[in-house]
Amino acid sequence: MNSILRIILQRLGLGLLTLFVVSIVIFVAVNLLPGDFAELILGQGATPETVATIRRDLGLDQPLVLRYFDWLRGMLTLDLGTSFSQLNRVSNLGGGSDTTTVVEQIAPRLSNTLFLAAVTASIAVPFSITLGVLAALYRNTAFDRSANIFTLSSISSPEFFMAYVLILFLAVLNPILPSLSNIYQGMPFWERVEKSLLPALTLTLVVTAHMMRMTRAAIINLLASPYIEMARLKGLSPMRVIVKHALPNALAPIINVIALNLAYLITGVVVVEVVFVYPGIGQLFVDSVKIRDIPVVQACCLIFAAAYILLNLTADILSILSNPRLRHPK
Amino acid sequence: MPDPLVKIRNLHIEGRSDESWSPIINGVDLDLNKGEVLGLIGESGAGKSTIGLAAMGFTRDGVRISDGTVEFDGIDMVNASAAKKRALLGKRIAYVAQSAAASFNPAHRLIDQHTEGPVQHGVASRAQSQEDGIELYRKLRLPNPDQIGFRYPHQVSGGQLQRAMTAMAMSCRPDLIIFDEPTTALDVTTQIEVLAAIREIVEEFDTAAIYITHDLAVVAQMADKIKVLLRGDEVEEADTRTMLSSPKEDYTKSLWAVRSFERPEKPPAEPDAVPVVSVKGVTAAYGKVDVLHDVSFDIHAGRTVAVVGESGSGKSTAARCITGLLPPREGHVEFEGEAMPLDYKARSKEQLRQVQMIYQMADTALNPRKTIAQIIGRPVEFYMGLKGSALRDRVDQLLDQIELDPAQFRNRLPSELSGGQKQRIGIARALAAEPRFIICDEVTSALDQLVAEGILRLLARLQDELGLSYMFITHDLATVRAISDEVVVMKDGKVVDRGPKTEMFRPPHHAYTDLLLSSVPEMDPDWLDNLLAERGVDNIGDAAVDKM
Amino acid sequence: MSGSMIFLLGLAGIAAMAFLFRLAGQKATGDAPKFRDMSYGEAFGYMLAATLLILAVWYYFQPKVTEAGMANAGVVFFRWAVQGFLIFAAAAWLFRLLGRNVGTAWTRKLFRQMPLTASFGILVILIYAFVAIFAGAIAPHGQEEILGAANVIAGGDPALGGDPAYPLGTDQIGRDILSRLIYGAQNTVGIAFITTILAFLLGGTFGFLAATLGGWLDQLLSRAVDVLMAIPSLIFALLLMTIATVWAPKLGIPLTWFMIVIIAVIDSTRVYRLARAVGLNIVVMDYIEAAKLRGEGLGYLVFKEILPNATAPLLAEFGLRFCFVFLTIAALSFLGVGIQPPLADWGTMVRDLAQFINFAAFSPMAAVTPLLAAGAIALLTVGVNFVVDWMLHKSSGLKE
Repeated sequence: MNSILRIILQRLGLGLLTLFVVSIVIFVAVNLLPGDFAELILGQGATPETVATIRRDLGLDQPLVLRYFDWLRGMLTLDLGTSFSQLNRVSNLGGGSDTTTVVEQIAPRLSNTLFLAAVTASIAVPFSITLGVLAALYRNTAFDRSANIFTLSSISSPEFFMAYVLILFLAVLNPILPSLSNIYQGMPFWERVEKSLLPALTLTLVVTAHMMRMTRAAIINLLASPYIEMARLKGLSPMRVIVKHALPNALAPIINVIALNLAYLITGVVVVEVVFVYPGIGQLFVDSVKIRDIPVVQACCLIFAAAYILLNLTADILSILSNPRLRHPK
Repeated sequence: MPDPLVKIRNLHIEGRSDESWSPIINGVDLDLNKGEVLGLIGESGAGKSTIGLAAMGFTRDGVRISDGTVEFDGIDMVNASAAKKRALLGKRIAYVAQSAAASFNPAHRLIDQHTEGPVQHGVASRAQSQEDGIELYRKLRLPNPDQIGFRYPHQVSGGQLQRAMTAMAMSCRPDLIIFDEPTTALDVTTQIEVLAAIREIVEEFDTAAIYITHDLAVVAQMADKIKVLLRGDEVEEADTRTMLSSPKEDYTKSLWAVRSFERPEKPPAEPDAVPVVSVKGVTAAYGKVDVLHDVSFDIHAGRTVAVVGESGSGKSTAARCITGLLPPREGHVEFEGEAMPLDYKARSKEQLRQVQMIYQMADTALNPRKTIAQIIGRPVEFYMGLKGSALRDRVDQLLDQIELDPAQFRNRLPSELSGGQKQRIGIARALAAEPRFIICDEVTSALDQLVAEGILRLLARLQDELGLSYMFITHDLATVRAISDEVVVMKDGKVVDRGPKTEMFRPPHHAYTDLLLSSVPEMDPDWLDNLLAERGVDNIGDAAVDKM
Repeated sequence: MSGSMIFLLGLAGIAAMAFLFRLAGQKATGDAPKFRDMSYGEAFGYMLAATLLILAVWYYFQPKVTEAGMANAGVVFFRWAVQGFLIFAAAAWLFRLLGRNVGTAWTRKLFRQMPLTASFGILVILIYAFVAIFAGAIAPHGQEEILGAANVIAGGDPALGGDPAYPLGTDQIGRDILSRLIYGAQNTVGIAFITTILAFLLGGTFGFLAATLGGWLDQLLSRAVDVLMAIPSLIFALLLMTIATVWAPKLGIPLTWFMIVIIAVIDSTRVYRLARAVGLNIVVMDYIEAAKLRGEGLGYLVFKEILPNATAPLLAEFGLRFCFVFLTIAALSFLGVGIQPPLADWGTMVRDLAQFINFAAFSPMAAVTPLLAAGAIALLTVGVNFVVDWMLHKSSGLKE
């Protein structure tokens, strides 16, 4: 047990280190911007006084390293400052008590996105794992081949194509689901589910294809191993071979598949949220990118990266835990 | 005469390749009576395993029985329903696979896999079966039989796993067990205890068995009768003693004769002669762990030194130190009296040219994207600077030397060659550098015996013609006997014994050399009995190694 | 509620039919192994497939116009989809037939072993390449030419305000959509192609160097790639594009060039991983050891020994990477930060025209143009993926 604990701690440490380096990369990338944030924020209407004010507010007169640690501390204490668009409004229009901080902007969006991801995962994971196992068991049959064509096609199609096809058939031609996901705080749960069902279905289509193919490959690989042949030669029923001999060893690859694809959702969610005008963090990110609202872009970027690293780390640790060689060392 | 237990008639099996079916087995008959052990023997691709599995009514994916009948105790195994076959498999017919490490499920304890069969077939309760399992472990002389079953497969050594798998096959007391090369992956000293255990338990329960192997000496110990196969056809069948003493067919005779090849020994080198290669006190490590400890030996001009040892003994590491791929931590290597730089990168082109290497796996030793002429031509071009027609002539000359027709082979790719031909190309590539010294790393162990013999004869001839010196790494003592002048025995990274061949093969031996020598099965059906009588059943294999 | 009732009843019906089907099969064939050893799930699958097929045929033959006189757009689209599928399948079949009878012995052999999906993929790639190269000659109008009134309804039906001269209509500022679609092939595919090549040069070079040399270089590059890959690629691309939008006008370099470099760098990390893995697999081979011991230099090792053995996986990876780059560019354009107007580009076209999908219930033609642009992206990536899938399958089959 000791060694497995050590491996897991190592992985956790490595994950944290990666996150740290990623934060540096993001920070440095943003600071490659030419000129001064202050001018960027104020744009054409900059006066020397307002520029000076904002420079002081943002601490732009400080050296880069200091600013980085300041930002990092802000990230860790959930104090992300004020977004540029808000600052701009304040400095150009005066007033200032009603500004929202970046945290206040991001928090509800993040929870919306997590909700969407949860709805997607709860449809996609059981569905695709079942299909993947079936395709592996009945490989090279008509079912497997058509599933292969279908999944390849849906992997290859851009998310917005799938989204618009679904909108066309499920919202426009047969008005079953709403095509716009106007979600607000305090909405009843089922209404919320209904409103996010179409984006969730789009994501499901994309993710299912990946998950199913990876599950299929993992299971086929497993079924070719000598101990499965041995189990069959012991006269065990096909069900028992699968449940007792294949499944315990399939856990690690399947966990991996799930985590990788949830990580994939993070990218997919951006486009899909834009299509359905879903008020999630992806939409916020794209909007902030367009108006170059740096604090929000930085924060979103780090959140995406953190989620991505966390999921990969989870996959890593779970597959270590499910490996009998590591669980029962010599 | 009662009906045989297994009756196979006119069995045809086909395998799928590129959308079409090609034959693997062409009409083999087989009879096996209750309590009888049949040895199936043949080279790779002879279809031994396929027949073994077919006797269970089982074919692997992409393989099908196209014609013929397989009857087990009067039951038609070809046309039986899946459920009916399942009721027989594991219960009345059991299987022992070649690699026990891969055939035990890594996720379950040994004993749980052992009891699964009896419980599922309704032969015994879990508790009964578990008790029986421990009893079988004891019979098979597994160390610590009460506890070993509660370990996971990766916690148990290869030889022990192989015995645990035999115990598992025995769990339902089947009428028939198929042993599919159960000792091929094991070292000789480990192999012997597995052989003894298998034979004892098969005799005790009067189980019929089909024992599949490519090793004649092994089958001589195990089988009552032997069937020889060649490319899916039966060559001949006879009882073991008859088969060993007077084989009828030419193919069988040639198989038997392989073992008799032995090159005449050369006189020892002059005492004051400078050795071609001299390994001086080499200690080497992978990372922080020392794998070679103070290894020294000399190789003289025109002589062959065989370096012998089991897996993990450090014999290949020694070769890596000589070539400079693994620079030694201490000590050095001299070539004709001069110390060579430790790292190959620091060696001159001339020093690199003088030391050449031939590899075990010809498949990975030849670049699959290059033609034979390119493979052999490159060293000629690189070292000798030959170009155009001079290069071409030299390549043809080299092909002649290794007894391959230049016109036919020059433009082929390695994938179009047989295993033996590929190994010959490997030799030609080494010769192309015109070296004085060649390291042969297990060059025959991946080859069938007849082919291997051809390679050994070729190497011996080239040595005589060109005055080459060989370092011959092998675990096979028959090869040592055939080709070496001197022998170096290694164990755990140390040289434990060395000397001229004749001395080494004549008593008195060093204790480990003795163990190694006596563990190599001989073509005598009584060999195992005699050995067991001599050493005692508890003093073979790992037990004996541990005592040293 | 009745909808789900019908659904459940249907499932129960299929379940019963499956049982009968298996029983009938066993009786009719006298217990042939096929039916005797058939599991219930398998029988259920057959029946489910049969039911879906019957439903599809039934739906296909529904009238195009509802009783109320409205266009039954669902049926129209379904018919188009089925017809499109059949036409493509037939074209792929004919193309394969052609390949089997024309060309060198080697290509004929290749086509003989080819599944229909792969020949479909090759056909699609060839068509796209043709359109992309000769866009200027094929397109009836220029991509930036403003021609007439905006009318996004495809079909050129004068009753709907269309003009037969513009079969797919004209966009919001009156440019011919058909021409822009054709030029889109040149721009979108061309840029994606250049980006992929750049990514391969970068990632491939460093990957093979890392595999061959090992040591600190390998460690350094691999750790750097680990970090870059920890940021989701689309997110990273968006972040860098934000920065590029500020730099581009300052330096006077078109934003598109920035995009090419940014995506190439991000994508080269994936190429690096693969090239390194493939390289490492080859480097452990004995023939590499033999070459090293011969004293060969780095150049010979990489170009003469390693690279020839890496072409098959690299080629497959090139296809996959191309798809990925292509989709990333399309997504960026769709989000408004990719290929910049006035260049015609499919992602941007989808974004501009997508709103008209909502009018499909009134006029099916309104949804055609945005879907055509999105479908053009999908079709190429599907085609490439089919070919790659076949290549991977083939190379894995050879190893067995």
